[in-house]
Amino acid sequence: MKASAAVTALAGAAGIALVLGGCAADTSDDEATTGDKTITVVYSKTDSFTVLDTLLNTAKDEFEAAHDGVTVDLQPITATDDDYKTRLQLSLGSADTAPDVFYEDTFNVRSDVEAGYLLNLDDHLADWDDWGQFDEGAKSAGQGEDGSIYALPLGTDTRVIWYNTHVLEAAGVGVPWQPETWEDILDVAAKIKASQPDVVPFNMYAGTGTGEGTVMQSFYELLYGTGDGSGLYDDDAGKWVVGSQGFIDALAFLKTLYDEGYAVSPDKALDPNVWQAVFGDMFPNDTLGGTVEGSYTPSFWAEGGSYEWAEYGDVMGVALFPTQNGEAPGGVSMSGGWTLAASAHTEEPDLAFEFIATALNHDNALWYAINNAQIAVRTDVAAEPSYLEANPFVGDVSAAVAVTHFRPANSDYPQISVAAQQATEAVITGQQSPADAAATYDAAVRQIVGDDKVIEK
Amino acid sequence: MTTGAHDTGTPHIGGPDIGAIGPARTAQRTGARVGDRMTAGRALPLVPAIGLLLIFLAGPIVWAFAGSLTDRALSGPRAANPQFIGFDNFARLFADPVLPLSIGVTVAFVVGSAIIGQNILGLALAVLFRSGSRAVAGTVGVVVVTAWVLPEIVAAFVSYAFLSADGTLNHLLGAVGIAGPNWLYAFPVVAIILANTWRGTAFSMMIYRAALDDVPLEVVESSMLDGAGGWQRLRLITLPMIRPTIFTNLMLTTLQTLSVFTLIWVMTRGGPGNQSSTLPVLAYTEAFQFGDIGYGNAIAVVMLALGAVFSIAYVLSLRAQGSQGGRA
Repeated sequence: MKASAAVTALAGAAGIALVLGGCAADTSDDEATTGDKTITVVYSKTDSFTVLDTLLNTAKDEFEAAHDGVTVDLQPITATDDDYKTRLQLSLGSADTAPDVFYEDTFNVRSDVEAGYLLNLDDHLADWDDWGQFDEGAKSAGQGEDGSIYALPLGTDTRVIWYNTHVLEAAGVGVPWQPETWEDILDVAAKIKASQPDVVPFNMYAGTGTGEGTVMQSFYELLYGTGDGSGLYDDDAGKWVVGSQGFIDALAFLKTLYDEGYAVSPDKALDPNVWQAVFGDMFPNDTLGGTVEGSYTPSFWAEGGSYEWAEYGDVMGVALFPTQNGEAPGGVSMSGGWTLAASAHTEEPDLAFEFIATALNHDNALWYAINNAQIAVRTDVAAEPSYLEANPFVGDVSAAVAVTHFRPANSDYPQISVAAQQATEAVITGQQSPADAAATYDAAVRQIVGDDKVIEK
Repeated sequence: MTTGAHDTGTPHIGGPDIGAIGPARTAQRTGARVGDRMTAGRALPLVPAIGLLLIFLAGPIVWAFAGSLTDRALSGPRAANPQFIGFDNFARLFADPVLPLSIGVTVAFVVGSAIIGQNILGLALAVLFRSGSRAVAGTVGVVVVTAWVLPEIVAAFVSYAFLSADGTLNHLLGAVGIAGPNWLYAFPVVAIILANTWRGTAFSMMIYRAALDDVPLEVVESSMLDGAGGWQRLRLITLPMIRPTIFTNLMLTTLQTLSVFTLIWVMTRGGPGNQSSTLPVLAYTEAFQFGDIGYGNAIAVVMLALGAVFSIAYVLSLRAQGSQGGRA
């Protein structure tokens, strides 16, 4: 009896201790969460892309100074854009792994909104005066299909031809150079090849290795310069274009570039890091005639960039990419850009938004536009003299806005983009003819969106 | 293991069968009621093992199969509300021209690198070790095992550095005036077969060395007295005696090779085009590049079926082997 009483007493004491312990733990937890909050930020950082890392570190310092007891946990991911997207989307799928704030490509915004990954920012934006400074086009970059804003743009960009004047002059081509048709590009490439056999005359990305870069900085410049310029998607009908002659012609042009040896060899083209060779090695060493690249190109060569090259302003030139046969408006460009967005799962939506707002305030946006050679999306930044003089090409690449296109703002787009990348790869590796590759693409599109959402052109 | 051998007193290979049948019969004879109680009690220690198998083996399989019946995606509306679509993914998969190509690449990869490459090379090395000098055998053994010790990602990078356009192999060829191609691009399947053979041979070699050590010396000696040459001894004495090991090893290397992903992904990413997309690479591409998780799962299920076909074939030949061995 005595023994069992003792056991009961002990058990009771233990029970009380547990309950008390639980209470104690609860209170300390509460104190911990009110006193010490953490905002996790996931973004991309690589050898050749550290500008965003610097920006977010600046924003972190400002934000932590303004918000006592809040820690910003920066979690850079080092990966190709493709792998970054995959990792981000996998982590966004669960509330346990979703970061509070993250760096997101505009073309994924709609599909991630549809997936329920992104936080609706409308209420926060209503109280944020700076939002009025963003231009209308930029605002729509982060818009969901419901019209609400889910992501705030860090900047935008255009794509133009970048050419090396040394190489063109050595081939007897006058600079500044502005091709009027696709044929002009092939003519100049032939001249360069004849005069400088070791130089790559005119490179354009292809294949799945370079991911979204393949389509944004190569294939779409071709595709959107064919036919009526509707490209991938007929906006009026709200349907995806299939059976397009322009698609076949664009693939055929790429095939010519690669078959004639005007571009890098196909095995190099499939290397995801080929663009690093373009910026870091080929252009500075006069071994590349020209390529299609983004307006952010000077950021690699400027002081503090990944491939510093003091003379780039004198050696390089830019031109608009021409339409197929010189059709109006006489040029083609593509615009995209990246955004900052917050997770729909975040427990601290106010802090998450405030962190984004800090990263995008006037001073930070100006610094980023200059150092990452972005086309500014804030009108107050765009008017700053330091922005307009940031690099010799700001005027040229901004002019391309007049002929620019945006990717279809549609949640099916990311999948269709991969299908287009695969078509380019099949063509340059000789696995399929342009017509067959286009037919495979058409079948993929029908499969992804359904027969009722395609239109024959 | 030692107690089992002690109890039955039979050779190791025959052990499990006899051991399994023996106690069951005894239990039946001593009485059904006691036997039943005993069986339930005996099954109890198996519960953790069965539980683990259910959670970590059956669980993912069921999960993958269930996933393959939906249109779940990585992003977009189908990520928020995946729908049950029955066998649509499979219908689409079997109509996809990439599937036969991918199965072909997978079979070529498995046959080339596991069945032919690792097994034959491993066996040849093991046989040669017996006749070679100790020093040579030791050195070669260390070199071969090094590839096995390397983590897969390191082995993959080493293979990439060796076979890429300006890699070691082309530098060596360049030294004698031959301009080699980019092996990873020109011969992607050969490249991954070579890399996987290099990486996996050590495993087969070690298994076969152990098996060869078990071949009784007196049998070999008596065949030598009968005038059998080296090749005849290998073909008529050694190989038949280690046949169970050969089949077991074939099964293990085949299943390992079927699931190789890192090596191929690092070397070729399944390209150019789909030319070196084995089923695991294809499943990854569909699930994570296209973001079509359901379709990726369907490919995984096909891969599972292919693995099952190989294993059943091997298990059946092992069985046939076992009954033959019993008669002998």
